Amino acid sequence: MKRNVLPGLPLSLGITLFYVGLIVVLPLAALVFKAASLGPSEYWAIVSSPRAVASYRVTVLSALVATAFNLVFGLALAWVLVRYRFPGRRIVDAIVDLPFALPTAVAGIALTTLFASNGWFGTLLAPFGIKVAYTPLGIMVAMCFTSLPFIVRTVQPVLEDLDPALEEAAQSLGGSDSAIFLRVILPLLMPALLAGLSLSFARSLGEFGAIIFIAGNQPMETEITALLAFIRLEEYDYQAAAAIASVLLITAFLMLAATNLLQARALRYTARS
Amino acid sequence: MKIRLEQVVKTFDTFRAVHGVSLDIESGQLVALLGPSGSGKTTILRMVAGLEYADGGHIYFGDQDATDIPVRDRGVGFVFQHYALFPHMTIAENVAFGMKVSKTRRSKPEIATRVSELLRLVKLEGLGDRFPGQISGGQRQRVALARALAVDPKVLLLDEPFGALDANVRRDLRRWLREIHDELGITTLFVTHDQEEALDLADRVVILNEGKIVQEGKPAEVCRHPGSAFVMQFLGDVNKFPGVARDGLVFIGETATGIAFSEDGPVDVFVRPRDVIWEKDAGGIPVDIERILHRPDGLTAVGTTKDAIRVEFEIPEQAEPDLSRGAGIILRNAQVFPRGVKSSARVGP
Amino acid sequence: MTPTRRKPPRVGDGPIIRRVLIGATLFFGAILVLAPLIVIAVEAFSQGLKVYAATIAHPDTGHAIYLTVATALIAVPANTAFGLAAAWAITKFDFWGRRVLLVVIEIPFSISPIVAGVAYLFVYGLQGLFGPMLESADIKILFALPGIVLASMFVTAPFVARELIPLMQAQGRDLEEAATSLGASGWRIFFSVTLPNVKWALLYGVVLCNARVMGEFGAVSVVSGNIRGQTNTLPLHIELLYHDYQAAGAFAAASILATLAVVTILAKVGLERRGAGRRPALGSAAKEQNTGTRT
Repeated sequence: MKRNVLPGLPLSLGITLFYVGLIVVLPLAALVFKAASLGPSEYWAIVSSPRAVASYRVTVLSALVATAFNLVFGLALAWVLVRYRFPGRRIVDAIVDLPFALPTAVAGIALTTLFASNGWFGTLLAPFGIKVAYTPLGIMVAMCFTSLPFIVRTVQPVLEDLDPALEEAAQSLGGSDSAIFLRVILPLLMPALLAGLSLSFARSLGEFGAIIFIAGNQPMETEITALLAFIRLEEYDYQAAAAIASVLLITAFLMLAATNLLQARALRYTARS
Repeated sequence: MKIRLEQVVKTFDTFRAVHGVSLDIESGQLVALLGPSGSGKTTILRMVAGLEYADGGHIYFGDQDATDIPVRDRGVGFVFQHYALFPHMTIAENVAFGMKVSKTRRSKPEIATRVSELLRLVKLEGLGDRFPGQISGGQRQRVALARALAVDPKVLLLDEPFGALDANVRRDLRRWLREIHDELGITTLFVTHDQEEALDLADRVVILNEGKIVQEGKPAEVCRHPGSAFVMQFLGDVNKFPGVARDGLVFIGETATGIAFSEDGPVDVFVRPRDVIWEKDAGGIPVDIERILHRPDGLTAVGTTKDAIRVEFEIPEQAEPDLSRGAGIILRNAQVFPRGVKSSARVGP
Repeated sequence: MTPTRRKPPRVGDGPIIRRVLIGATLFFGAILVLAPLIVIAVEAFSQGLKVYAATIAHPDTGHAIYLTVATALIAVPANTAFGLAAAWAITKFDFWGRRVLLVVIEIPFSISPIVAGVAYLFVYGLQGLFGPMLESADIKILFALPGIVLASMFVTAPFVARELIPLMQAQGRDLEEAATSLGASGWRIFFSVTLPNVKWALLYGVVLCNARVMGEFGAVSVVSGNIRGQTNTLPLHIELLYHDYQAAGAFAAASILATLAVVTILAKVGLERRGAGRRPALGSAAKEQNTGTRT
């Protein structure tokens, strides 16, 4: 083994492992341990109960819609910020991060107030029979808000660093704007888009604070999975809370794995022979 | 396709890159734009391609004014300095790209046939399934050329085509590019800062400095009859002696060189190292030799004159010189330019 | 002659597509991001300055602010120390399991804060691993400051480390190795060579970490027990007021956190000007062959 030139490995690695172990790994292990202490049939009964399944449905569907919206909007926003110069661009660029900086509870009450039937946007939408607050639509709006920056911020640097010569080459070969976008630019943004997509989706699946205010939280209808886990806890049904939380945890891990696989695939061309 | 540039001007922000350049390129010629960095050569190439628009002047392709035609409709093949291969496409997909996005529809088998033809032309058969990241620099260069040729361009433009390659790969590719040019007969313009490359490869060399053409002509012409001190210095290693012209003759220090020059006044005398003849006890300009450098093709002497001017010249290999004795040099094929404007232009790169 | 300075159009430079894209993004941006910020300000003062001032001055609000600040004062420095240690270990040494460690540090990013809160319950709660032990020793972790701090540390664990690791990776080990060869001690190298080179990125991570700690809701609401005037942080206090139909009060409290968010963004922009926050783009390896300067 190569001898280390620099000092401090035992100390820094020690602190790191201790911190990660105590703060991250131990609680998650305890959760898994608790969930695993349920028998398989008991576990299955909890996680497949109609109320739980309904919560998965509304959470996943809303997250999918929100992520799809952010895919289009985030890509457009990144494009606009990188490729166009217009007054106020820097302000827009800065404000994109607001969903990261604004506490979710604050965002939750603000969005609820805006989209409630007597709110600024709620009154505008009411004549069209569109209700946002206290419906799944509200959940989607909250998810759109909290996960908005992910795709913008992953795509933006790649778009900035995209070699202009690639575009010029495609133009000199006679490519139209749409052909160049679809065949050259989009594929090169794909790894970043996938990364942003998965972060955005994961965040939507796990979001709590912004959603519970606007969702209405009707069991079977507008109750998200994270809230169900929370409710079970308040009912002192710790086993059910553990089981449902473990579903969220497993989903997060599966997402991570899937993203890594997809990214490796999207980046396969970088492999050297 | 004949190309004509008429008083072309390009300014970037506050920096004027090209000052009114006019140039005719005959159909089927292979022309080099040669100059140091910042001389505007790449800008001219990019304006011919339509990757930059000229701020003034006109560019004609044949009889058509192409000044405002966008790059995608100009029908040029452009090979980028760093190739700009699409990293997410295989070699074959890169070559096929232009045909796939073209307005004239081609069938898949037709495209596939043409791709394998082109890959054969650039000697890359069997590498079609690789990605650009998986092949060598020289191979990428050839892919870039095949991709540019795939759209049947009227004009082929190459930006420092060999700039990023090792010296020996360069030489091979240079010869090979000449062969391809001769085979296809396509009007070709390339940019380089390497005088050897330009002189080796081109039918005609256009030498640029500070956004202007300083000389153009066949390689032999620009070598034999450099039009300015800048060209003399830029084309190769050269010794420069400050001197003075009196009564039609050039003097360097006290020594009469026997070189004729019609305008009296201060001059610079330029001589290639192989044109400096070293003679023991034979008069000429006295030089103290400081070092002998051993080169694969002979010996090079480095010395200084009494006026502390450095001189480098070739000496015969058999004559291991005796450094203790004074000696002098005689100059032949000297080029003399009046000292002053631009004669001190930096030799790049 | 005045130069026209025309540029050949790049992809998407058409006037229509340009206007449509800018217009659409500004429209949705205004609805989704700007409007919430404005509505907070409007609602906070909707009942007049008096109600606003009364909410801010209320002892419960004061206690919530105190608790939030206290949490940040413990969690942020702890997290910073961890981030520095992790970045040093991961970027200056090669050891087995380095990549796994990187993944584990990032885990809290993809996990619901509720899961984090529930998980902590099963460590320190009565029904958890150490619960009974802590109970008999009369140590209170859950439903008290330590629990809130721990949960905040979980959700923000990656914040500092992820800013430092890519930067220190890119900077390599040459400077530090040179310093060792000159006989500098480890701490000396760290403080006089490494730290000055990463200070802006470090501060950037700290600012983001602080914003998240002060604003954390989900994880904290599980472990705090929501005891008014005792374990309510500011975000929890906002929820309480909101559900008590004191909307103006809730927004008044929210305006404090919204101000923090705006300050955070301003700090972020300032730090980005100094080069912080730029991570090597994904897929940048693919660009290697295409980058370069032109003459």
